[in-house]
Amino acid sequence: MDFVQNFPFLSIILSLFSGPLSSVLSGRWAKRVNTAVIVVIGCMSAATLGYVMNTGEAYVYTMGHFPAPWGNEIRVGVLEAAMALFFCVIMFLSMLGGIREREEEIEEGKQNLYYVMVNLLLCSLLALIYTNDLFTAYVFVEINTISACGLIMIRQNGRTIEAATRYMIMSLLGSGLLLLGICFLYDLTGHLLMSNIKEQVGILAATGSYHIPLVVSLGLMSVGLAIKSALYPFHAWLPDAYGYSTLSSAAILSSLVSKGYIFLLIKIFYRVIGFEIVGESKVIHVLFVFGIIGMIMGSLNAIKEDNIRRMIAFSSVAQIGYIYMGFGLGTAEGVIASIYHMVSHSATKSLLFVAASGLTDASGKSPRYRDLTGAAYRNRLAGVAFTVGSLSMVGMPVFSGFISKLLFAQAAIGHRFKMLPTLIALAISVVLNAIYFMKTVIRIYTPVPAGMEISEGRTVPAREQPAKALALICFIVLNLILGLSSEPVIDLIQNGLKMFG
Amino acid sequence: MNGMNLLNNYGEAVAMILFGIGFSNLLLQKNLIKKIIGLNIMDTATYLFLALKGYIDGRKAPVVVNGVQSVEAYINPIPSGLVLTGIVVSVSVTALMLSLTIRLYRRYHTLDLDEISTRLKKEGK
Repeated sequence: MDFVQNFPFLSIILSLFSGPLSSVLSGRWAKRVNTAVIVVIGCMSAATLGYVMNTGEAYVYTMGHFPAPWGNEIRVGVLEAAMALFFCVIMFLSMLGGIREREEEIEEGKQNLYYVMVNLLLCSLLALIYTNDLFTAYVFVEINTISACGLIMIRQNGRTIEAATRYMIMSLLGSGLLLLGICFLYDLTGHLLMSNIKEQVGILAATGSYHIPLVVSLGLMSVGLAIKSALYPFHAWLPDAYGYSTLSSAAILSSLVSKGYIFLLIKIFYRVIGFEIVGESKVIHVLFVFGIIGMIMGSLNAIKEDNIRRMIAFSSVAQIGYIYMGFGLGTAEGVIASIYHMVSHSATKSLLFVAASGLTDASGKSPRYRDLTGAAYRNRLAGVAFTVGSLSMVGMPVFSGFISKLLFAQAAIGHRFKMLPTLIALAISVVLNAIYFMKTVIRIYTPVPAGMEISEGRTVPAREQPAKALALICFIVLNLILGLSSEPVIDLIQNGLKMFG
Repeated sequence: MNGMNLLNNYGEAVAMILFGIGFSNLLLQKNLIKKIIGLNIMDTATYLFLALKGYIDGRKAPVVVNGVQSVEAYINPIPSGLVLTGIVVSVSVTALMLSLTIRLYRRYHTLDLDEISTRLKKEGK
């Protein structure tokens, strides 16, 4: 066995142990440990990715000394390693961009607790990406939920505590359904390892026995994870949680936490049930319908918002809708489009949150539209970054959002019933996206009219916040890379999905 | 025939009914404490279901006593292990929910989540 094969396991363990370690360190040291951990794990993921691309096949890593049907294992392919690397990059940049907000908004003496949560969150995300065991996945889903709740409520005010409570309630409903679905599947197949379950499910599907329990179990798991990742009717907690938590939390929550659950759902589709069986079941129609409703309703809500951060949060609801619509198409192209959209949305949404905070910094910390007038002149880099993010969200060519919309449209074409609804929903959603994002861009580039005073508005040069400026530049570059050279990324996702099953 | 199945598996049926009760309580109750009670009913129902599925009539708990090591003597130990793990998860989640409830109660002197939301909107921050 090559040494590189240990890296996925080591990265999970490293982030897991750095959590408790941070709880006894001072805030400053906890921050250093956290940064080091993210960088080291990013490097290890890159090494793993290189190794798996070289060998061209996924490998299984046995945890402990028990072989397949009994022991626990992790399974690493191209898609997993690439996701781990990507998550590390986004997390690093989000932490970098929100460095000053964290120091201002989190109570002195509680700083290190924040890093405990971030480390545990990273650990659970990595475990969700790599694990090959369904019950382990459930346990790490719960760890993910708890640490995300901590990230929301670390900034103590009424809004965040209420949002954290709502988030917990919704998440617990989702994990209850997920757990029940897993129990059903375990009873039907007698296994907990994903590959073994798939074998048994294949036999069940071929003989046609236990058809209804199988579909029920698939439905429970899909709905559970959909609730947890804030698909449209279950999004009530989201605007407050993203709108009022500290900047790094909002960026991490919107770009990573919900994506972790979605990645697990893809895993269940491909590795546990088998995508042919999922495609034949009616569950994907439900996901498709709710995805489309979410695309429209999320954007409509965003148009009504007067608070820039809540607007970005509602835009997340719409984007999650896109992803589920891609699953709902029931074809491999649809799933590839969804995964690409996951990547593109993560990169863009965290960019938007960091840029929006740069704009509000220049407007006396007020997130209201009126006060943001001309903010792009007061903080030029944030203005440019926000424009890039907006154009990407709307789907301008050159930026990453364009490619994902193109992929969705291509996946839909040729579909017997779903082609028309998908294309219409895409068109409406693009127009709605354009309305609220362009409204904001125009607003921040309108010079302050004579007679109007922005209270505490001041010019913020990029020099004053070097960390945020660096994060913004990296995000813009990342977005352009994803938009301009999408071919390798799409190839990678395609190869990864082939290895995934 | 189907009716007989339901009667024979009455334990599983009870577990599902309890799950429904817990789920709807967690979703619909306004009072936070009642929500948490709903959460616990829901989780416990799942454990009941798992435990029933692992039980085999006439066999004993998988603890080796008097040197009997035959597989035939014991029930399936994996669901019991899953239940234990699940209990740990639900205890920690319940503790977190209760602490959030305390925080909210200290601030707003009510357990009604909707009232807290309306008050927050009125404050308009």
